[in-house]
Amino acid sequence: MSTSLILLIVALIGLAGYVLGARQARRLAAAALPKMHSRPGYYGSYVAVWAGLPALLILAVWLVASPIYVNSSIRDNFPEDLKAQTEAAQSLTFGTIGSVARGLTVLTPEEVAQAQANPGELRVLLGGKGVPLAGDPEPFMVSAAAELNAMNATSRLAMTIAVIAASVVGFFYAYRMIAPRFRARNKVEQVILASLITASCIAILTTVGIVASMLTEAIQFFQMVPAWEFFFGTVWDPRFAAAGATDSAGQFGLIPLLAGTLYIGFVAMVVAVPVGIFSAIYMAEYASPRMRSAVKPLLEVLAGIPTIVYGFFALTTVGPFLRDLSTQLNGIATGNYSNFIQAQSVITAGFVMGIMLIPYVSSLSDDIITAVPRALRDGSLGLGATRSETIKRVVLPAALPGIVGALLMTASRAIGETMIVVLAAGVAARMQINPFEPMTTVTVKIVSQLTGDLEFTSPQTLVAFALGITLFAITLCLNIYALYIVRKYREQYE
Amino acid sequence: MTNTASPLAGAVPARPARRDIGIKRRYAAERRFRIYGIAAISFGLLFLFLLLWSVGSKGYTAFQQTMITIPVEFSEQIIDKDNERDTDPTKLMTANYPVVARNALAAALGADPGDRQQMREIGRMLSEGVRSQLRNMVVADPSIIGTTQTVSLLAAGEIDSALKGQMNLDVPEANRRISDQQVGWMEQLTEAGALAKEFNTGIFFNGASSRPEAAGVGVALIGSLYMMGIVLVLSLPIGVAASIYLEEFAPKNRWTDLIEVNINNLAAVPSIVYGLLGLSVFIGFAGLPRSAALVGGLVLTLMTLPTIIIATRAALKAVPPSIRAAALGLGASKMQTIFHHVLPLAMPGILTGTIIGLAHALGETAPLLLIGMVAFVANYPTTPMDPATALPVQIYMWANEAERAFVERTSGAIIILLLFLIVMNVGAILLRRRFERRW
Amino acid sequence: MNMMSDAAVEKALDKKMNDVSYKMIGKDVSVYYGDKRALYDVNLNVRENTVTALIGPSGCGKSTFLRCLNRMNDTIESAKVTGRITLDEEDIYDPAIDVVELRARVGMVFQKPNPFPKSIYENIAYGPRIHGLARNKAEMDQVVEASLQRAGLWNEAKDRLHESGTGLSGGQQQRLCIARAIAVSPEVILMDEPCSALDPIATAKVEELIHELRTNYTIVIVTHSMQQAARVSQRTAMFHLGHLVEEDDTDKMFTNPNDQRTQDYIMGRFG
Repeated sequence: MSTSLILLIVALIGLAGYVLGARQARRLAAAALPKMHSRPGYYGSYVAVWAGLPALLILAVWLVASPIYVNSSIRDNFPEDLKAQTEAAQSLTFGTIGSVARGLTVLTPEEVAQAQANPGELRVLLGGKGVPLAGDPEPFMVSAAAELNAMNATSRLAMTIAVIAASVVGFFYAYRMIAPRFRARNKVEQVILASLITASCIAILTTVGIVASMLTEAIQFFQMVPAWEFFFGTVWDPRFAAAGATDSAGQFGLIPLLAGTLYIGFVAMVVAVPVGIFSAIYMAEYASPRMRSAVKPLLEVLAGIPTIVYGFFALTTVGPFLRDLSTQLNGIATGNYSNFIQAQSVITAGFVMGIMLIPYVSSLSDDIITAVPRALRDGSLGLGATRSETIKRVVLPAALPGIVGALLMTASRAIGETMIVVLAAGVAARMQINPFEPMTTVTVKIVSQLTGDLEFTSPQTLVAFALGITLFAITLCLNIYALYIVRKYREQYE
Repeated sequence: MTNTASPLAGAVPARPARRDIGIKRRYAAERRFRIYGIAAISFGLLFLFLLLWSVGSKGYTAFQQTMITIPVEFSEQIIDKDNERDTDPTKLMTANYPVVARNALAAALGADPGDRQQMREIGRMLSEGVRSQLRNMVVADPSIIGTTQTVSLLAAGEIDSALKGQMNLDVPEANRRISDQQVGWMEQLTEAGALAKEFNTGIFFNGASSRPEAAGVGVALIGSLYMMGIVLVLSLPIGVAASIYLEEFAPKNRWTDLIEVNINNLAAVPSIVYGLLGLSVFIGFAGLPRSAALVGGLVLTLMTLPTIIIATRAALKAVPPSIRAAALGLGASKMQTIFHHVLPLAMPGILTGTIIGLAHALGETAPLLLIGMVAFVANYPTTPMDPATALPVQIYMWANEAERAFVERTSGAIIILLLFLIVMNVGAILLRRRFERRW
Repeated sequence: MNMMSDAAVEKALDKKMNDVSYKMIGKDVSVYYGDKRALYDVNLNVRENTVTALIGPSGCGKSTFLRCLNRMNDTIESAKVTGRITLDEEDIYDPAIDVVELRARVGMVFQKPNPFPKSIYENIAYGPRIHGLARNKAEMDQVVEASLQRAGLWNEAKDRLHESGTGLSGGQQQRLCIARAIAVSPEVILMDEPCSALDPIATAKVEELIHELRTNYTIVIVTHSMQQAARVSQRTAMFHLGHLVEEDDTDKMFTNPNDQRTQDYIMGRFG
């Protein structure tokens, strides 16, 4: 029976449980003298929960555990010479067995018997049925495939019985519990609370997932390339991954990528910070409510535009504009009409990213500036300070920690930004200080190492995870520190 | 009002010597400071305008497509010379439709069918897409073979660009992708009323294509739609459930503090990291297919969850405690209080946050690149497990195309994406306005 | 009468001088917050080197009037002031008058102590620094010391000048704010319920300070406390619902007011 059919049956039993449970409760309420503790719906829900939840848990565990068990028992039966081979070769064999097993299901029993007798013809036979095989299966593979099919079928049958039985047993158990004194509502609410707690743990699970998944892949990478070569290497030259070959070890130096990331982020901050902070000051201190209500959302539109659009803007408008501008400037200055700014360059990517970051800086700073108590402003104005003196000498110093926090958060965005740099920064991993030349970033390299055909065993692919965990660690530190600062700042004025 | 004596009653004391407190200098500084502020805001708005203008001016032409409307003879000679269509179903699929179209255009231009050089140039004026266009017509109704029908044929991308004035026709012939002869024919067709720009429905419905004039975002839109559906179905209930627990039930202890910090951090994790997570967990570990909308939806769900949780908690916090006290006072359980009173009151805020989270997810590109959605997908995905692509990824792929006509298409696709985002955000704003409550 | 004999003697001395000079004159002052009128044609004069107390029930407009005197109402978007207020015969709402200069001459102390989150020294030095009143470090030190001395805070603060002003106790913070106002050498000091956030001992210290400051400054103080008005002021003005009810010598107001409303308020019948 297919999983969705089992799910449907369990759902039907659950629904029946709800209806019957509620009816039973209503009947008892009409007949019995002691008042029912809960409303009928809760008794119904109670039955439904018992009919559904344990069954679904069994189903989930079975679905995860069964393939693992089946796979390991098939592998245990591999011939000894195969067991001696590498893990990759064993996986490959197992994949073939899987294909054969799928193929066997479309054959008639006679054909299966024939195939087991003569595995050499199987490939042709299956090809005719639309099941392609990578190579001719060896005899042991065919019998293993048959065994695989048999085990899977047994497992599925057992699962179907177990799940439906659990559902039915749960149903009757809960149904018999219905009684006036039985506190169905409390029980149901406990289940709801448990599911709420589960939901809130998903946040933790995500973090654990991020760290664990990236760490395992990164550790694999560090087994092939020493960590110090990665973290302190100054040359990025991964070469192309030749299939299965491990001798084509390129050089995986993080430093040039990190340098590019920080340089572009720095240019972006140079654009975004003054513009953002001055906008925030003007909005918070000078703008009339009408202007504020018109301009603030407009600036925030900048934050709502997808980064791919900024990337395209940089690629087709800003980059060519800067390149042509530099050609003209160079021509006027030296008579030599050649561009000194590349279309893809640190300045292009940094500038456009800076525009994207303006609303982050301005709205975060705006919040922080408006949180400075009015009494401080009055105190300064009452002494005869001008507005700008009040802002510069009282409001900004008071808001400084908060603004620093906001800027750190913005910086972490700049470091993690991907699409703008993918389109506008270039792909050459170089260490240089000319902002008019292309440089590349950590995020660009993650994308370029992971697009195209992947092989999860080559350092060329795995390095992306090492880059990813580096990126994650940097942004995590920035954010935790920034959140800490901002939190402290808010407490100060609350 | 007694005793408010006339001011002149008292002697006016000598005015104290006025101090110099640098008023002039200080007001100049004040003015400068204001100007910095206005300049900063103008800078931001200027670039917002420039960005939109650059996309709009490049992209609005993408919604028009040059069509050549001419009588086409569905010649049995070319399509099915030996009358095999009843026995061999592949016959109609593999017939040489481009020749049918080319001959029709040559006839309309009065060109000599024997001049192979000319015929080749005429053929290049039509898109590769005419093959499937005519094929679909014939397969749908084989009886048109042998008749002559008036058909709007898709013009080639170069012709399209030239007619839209995007190609500089003053440069020498050798340096452009359209010959003088073709320009002459274009004028001839335009005068005859056969060559005209029409509203481009293809950009909304077509899938990926290597030919710009036949490329559309239809397939990508469906992919995005699937993903948005998955994000909505998963992240809204999970996000709301998590928020209710954290806001209403969770004891204040280290564990909930940890969850709190965690959620705030997850909201700030670079999106590309979610792509790595998806690649390694959903594809590598769970074995889900690459490029599938399901994987994209799951990744975007994880990415959107923190946003929704933060918005929902703010909405729950805004419901005044008096409402809770009132319900609890009537004997409702805590759970009933929350689900009957607090949650409905917080719903507008929750939905607003959800829409904004969805809008962010809709525009997200980077994580999708890593889970293999940068694929050439020409067919509509029928289930979330099929290979699919997404609107922003389509934009990314087109942005990398070298051809000039793709710039127009890319901008057009961006306009479509931005329109979706505008609709979602305006919806969120209206929702907030409509249901905003002041306690 | 006996209780007040000291004050009475003082008042008598004042009267004897008989050349009453007005530092600030308010004529037909009305204030609107948007559509709401907060003050109705108030005519009130402030005598030089005198403490004038503004009393009345909450929401009567006394703080509003006080804030008109150094145009702090300008910082509220919707506020509009009509009528005429002069400082030394000059209309302070005249466009030619500069609000910054005005506030340097008419200082203000607020209801809640609001020291800047800087050191004590920097708090005091802030005003002189922005107005350029001290030419060098030594002068600034002098100004700071003198101001703290006058505010009676020197002995408590001299060893911690470079610690944060927010670390002081409430009463010390308020005296710091007064010292901060004095440091600019204003001619008039406005105080908006300066003791409402303080405990009785701190209040007594601030009141003592006001008493001493009177010799050099013209002081206008808004207060909720009748006793405080009686203790520190020579003149008292009673506000009610945006109107000035009456204004007179403090001892007369508290013993024999002309208006029934004043009588009722002082007796605690409303407010």
